[in-house]
This record gives sequence, C-alpha cells and structure tokens, in this order.
Amino acid sequence: MLTIRDLDFSYPNGESGLAVPQWDVANGEAVALVGPSGAGKTTLLKLICGIHQPSGGTIECVGVTVTALSDPERRAWRLRKVGVVFQDFALMDYLTVRENLLLPLRLGAGARAGEEGHARTLADQLEVSRYWNKLASELSQGERQRVAIARALVHRPVLVLADEPTASRDATRKSQAVRLMLEECRSRQAGLVMVTHDPELLPLFDRVVSLEDIVS
Amino acid sequence: MNPLGAIDLAWRYVSRHRAQSFLLAGALGIVAALPMMVRVLVSAAQEQLRARAVATPLVVGQPGSATDLMLTALHFRSGGDKSIPLRLCDEVSDSGLAEVIPLHVRFNAQGAPIIGTELEYFEFRGLTIAQGRMLTRLGDCVLGAGVARKKGLQPGGAIFSSPEQVFDLAGVYPLKMRIVGVLAPSGTPDDDAFFVDLKTSWLVQGIAHGHDDLAKPEQSANVLPSADGGVVGSAAVRMFSEVTDKNEDGFHFHGDEGEFPVHAAIVIPSDRKAEAILVGRYQKSKELQILRPVDVLEVLLGALFQIEKLVVGALALVALAAGLVVALVFALSFRLRQREFATLAEIGVGRGTLWLAKMAEVVFIGAGAAIIAFSGREIAVVMARSILVKGFIG
Repeated sequence: MLTIRDLDFSYPNGESGLAVPQWDVANGEAVALVGPSGAGKTTLLKLICGIHQPSGGTIECVGVTVTALSDPERRAWRLRKVGVVFQDFALMDYLTVRENLLLPLRLGAGARAGEEGHARTLADQLEVSRYWNKLASELSQGERQRVAIARALVHRPVLVLADEPTASRDATRKSQAVRLMLEECRSRQAGLVMVTHDPELLPLFDRVVSLEDIVS
Repeated sequence: MNPLGAIDLAWRYVSRHRAQSFLLAGALGIVAALPMMVRVLVSAAQEQLRARAVATPLVVGQPGSATDLMLTALHFRSGGDKSIPLRLCDEVSDSGLAEVIPLHVRFNAQGAPIIGTELEYFEFRGLTIAQGRMLTRLGDCVLGAGVARKKGLQPGGAIFSSPEQVFDLAGVYPLKMRIVGVLAPSGTPDDDAFFVDLKTSWLVQGIAHGHDDLAKPEQSANVLPSADGGVVGSAAVRMFSEVTDKNEDGFHFHGDEGEFPVHAAIVIPSDRKAEAILVGRYQKSKELQILRPVDVLEVLLGALFQIEKLVVGALALVALAAGLVVALVFALSFRLRQREFATLAEIGVGRGTLWLAKMAEVVFIGAGAAIIAFSGREIAVVMARSILVKGFIG
C-alpha cells in the first residue's frame, strides 16, 4: 500500500536530509519506526503524507503517486486519506472534543451522516466521550493525546501516521491507545506507521523498522 | 475548499474568545461611530434650526448681534437687558404690513425659560393645549410638553420664577404662577418653556406689582406722610407674591405700557412685498433691528459646517489609525496562531480554506464593529431628536 523508491530529500537551507532507496508497507500492516533522535523519522512521516516534497524519487500510496501531486492535491488527499497524530497533539484549544474530532470532516468533504456516531464511538473507546462538549484547553495531557488519536482515525483514513503519540502516557493507557489504532487500521486494511521509542509497544506491531536500516 | 467549515471554524474562534472579540469590535465600532454620530447630530441640529428659522419670517429686536436676537426669538436664549420698548412693536404692527407677536425672554423657572407673549404666538406656532386650558388671566402659566414631563408638573400646580441674582435683595422677587395648561409636544424649543401672558412677564420683572390697597381705611396706619401729596406706603404694606382671585385687582402697572420691554418680536408680514418694505424700512434704524432668521442661520451654519468638516476629518483620521491598529492586531494574532494554522495545513486543510477562515474572523469582528457603529449612529439620531438643539443653543 505504501511504496517508496529512490527518495531523496534536502532541507531548504541545504542541510542534508534523508535518502530512502526503497521501502514498502503492505496493506493493513502496522509498522513501528524506530531510530535515534534527529535521524529523520518525523521528516519521513512528513514526506509520506506530502507535507514535505522530496527533491527526488517517488512515494506511492494506495495507487496514488503522492510525489506527483501538486500542493493543493496533496492537501486534499491527506485530508481525506491520511490520519496524522502529532507529537504535540495539535488540538484546537478553542474547540470542544467533539469539534476537534469532527474537524477533518468539517474542513474536508463535510461530515456525512453517521460520521458523528463514528466519532462518538472512537471517543468512547478512547475514554474521552465524557469530555465530549468540553474545550480542548480544559483537558489533561493524556486526554488531549487520546483526542488527537481519535481525530486521526475519525475520517477512516487508508494510512495513519503517528509521531510518538504515546510519549507521555501511562503504560495501560498507551497500550490501549495503540491497540485501538491497530484495531481500527487492521479492520479496514489501513496502514499504520508509528514513530516510537517505547520498547513495550514494539511487540504489538507487525514489523519494527529502524530508520538506519532503510536510509542510505 | 469547504467554505462553510472555514466560516464555522472562524465563528467558533471569535465566539470562544468573546471578551477579546468584543474589545476589538468595540474599539473599531466606536471610532467608526464617532464621525457618523457627529454627522448625524450636526445634520439634525441644522435641520431643526433651519425648520424653526424658515417658519419664522422676520424678527425684530434691539440693534446689535443678529445671532443673539435670532436665538432669543427662536430658541428662547435669555435676552438679558437687551430689550426694545413695546411701542416699537406696535409701530410695526400699526404700519398694517405685518402682524407682530412680542416676546419677553428674560426670566426662568426651574431652569426653563419663562416666555411672556400673546395668544397669537400659540396660533402662529401651531401649539395646542393637550391638558388643561389656555392662558386667560394674569399669573396663569402654560407649560411646554417637555418641561412638564421632566419637572413632573401639571395643571393645578404652581411654579415660582427664579430671581436673577440670589444676593440682590433689592431685585425682583419670585412670583408664584398657576399652571393652567400643558401644550401638546411639538419637537421644538416650545416644549421646554413656560409660557405666560406678556403682562405676567412684566410682573415677574417687577414692572408691575400688587399690594394692599392703601385707600382702604384699614390700611391708614401704613400710609406715610408725603410732602408732594402723593400716597407713600410704609414697609408694613403687604406685597403680593401671587395673583389670586382676591388680590388680582391690587396689581397695577406704573408708567407707560408702550415703554415696557420686550426682548424680541416675531413679525409676520402680510405678503412678500410687505416683508421687503419692512426690511428696507428698518434696515438702518437705530432703535430697531429687523432680520430674516433664515439668513442669520445660514451664516451660523456656514461656520458650523466648517467646524464639522474639521471634526469629521480629524475623526476619520482617528478611525483610519484605529483601523490600522486593528489590522496590526489581526496580523499579530495570526502570527501567534501560526502553529494552529500549520497544524490545519498538515492535516490537509487547503490554503483557500485557511485564508477564508482568517478572513471570516476579520469579517465577524468587522460586522460586530459595524453593529456597534450603527447602534451609535442610532443613539445619535435619538439624541438629536431630544436634546440636541437645546444643547447646541445652550
């Protein structure tokens, strides 16, 4: 479902970035991406979802050559097909949990019937439904993290990219959040690439990939 | 692009930051309202002043400031001691060219002017009695609708004229006047005045007075010996401070009524020709000034218009500066929220949608400011209807 070939990326300031000759993720496969800090894990995620544009090579995802798309096309594709969980969760503090969850739908193609019910189910599973109408600014860090995970899953993406989403969580809850992400992705044959430093979580994934092994 | 989503997001940002949004919209609204309010107030003042002036063909009074005379005759600004003898009004009237309505505008009661005039004045201004009856005898007083409402006065009550100077022991003493009627509202300075008969206003001035009849035998003890054979009363003679049924006959005038003062007179010429003759006849008079209120007003409004232009210009500059400050506030706010917009971009929100969300916030604040500005303008309209001309004339 995800195919990377001869990927080459340099930062705009000329600093050397990342070069990935070849990397594949199969349909419904859950991959844990590990590697030392500063190695380029976050950069690779941003390249996969089209936030960054490589200077060379191709990235293909579920039949779409992401690297061939224009910026507006990449944004539209990302909004509909990719779920992203950011390191800092990046919730809108002035929106409620419900509004944050429905944000990708509201700003994308628009919420379809049943989407709110799906969002509510995700919130229930991640134990944040009791804060449904509470502002994000009123949530604890753990609660914010779970809302961010639910937001990444709400529009049923074909690919979920998560950048250390469990960094500040207790063992039970982080395992629960990862299991939910895995369950959601597997049930719909969606791919999951998660950057993590947590060895306890690695057995849950289908494959663990060290960035050092795929970059040249 | 999803415009509704962007607008919804902007609305949520604005409504969840109510205090900041209100402050921003309020600041912008107030500076935008000020030039509009000034314009409305000045226009309304001009309109009201012009309407009153147009409705008054000619005015006569003491030579001197034409503006003062116009304000005295039309807006009841006290004429002080700038008066003409009544005989000059009679002279104009006797010419057969015009009807003349004298006005005595010097004293006040409870802060409102007491206007001494004749019944023709009410007919000329189209003033009708809403409550009670019209003036019929000495000491009667009819109130303008505004002053009656503000002071809570009604027929059956009484008012006292105010002394001109509190410490002037030899001056005019307050006269108690019966309130016999209240006029229907007219939206003019007539609403804020007390109206009395011309003779009553002379009574207030002390030109006429009433006291015990010294010819009566019971008053013989109060009669002092006089070398010239006249009758001189002692200090024990009771002076009347109110006209009643019993003492009405005890009031009398000393001297020639033709020399009694009036501060202005409204002249209603029989036709255009009569008007031209009168203006020509009195143009160079040393005793009398005759003027067309509308001409005097246009000169006054010309000066006012220049001032208004300056004020509105200055306020427009202030509004422009405030607009720039608000633009800066938005720019800084968007910069502070860069991470938020970056997140939206990273989850895939298009540039157009982001731009629309930002613009929608500006539009919401602008709409709030417009509501405040137009509310201010409406307040100015209401103010203009009620207090404006009074405040302007002073």
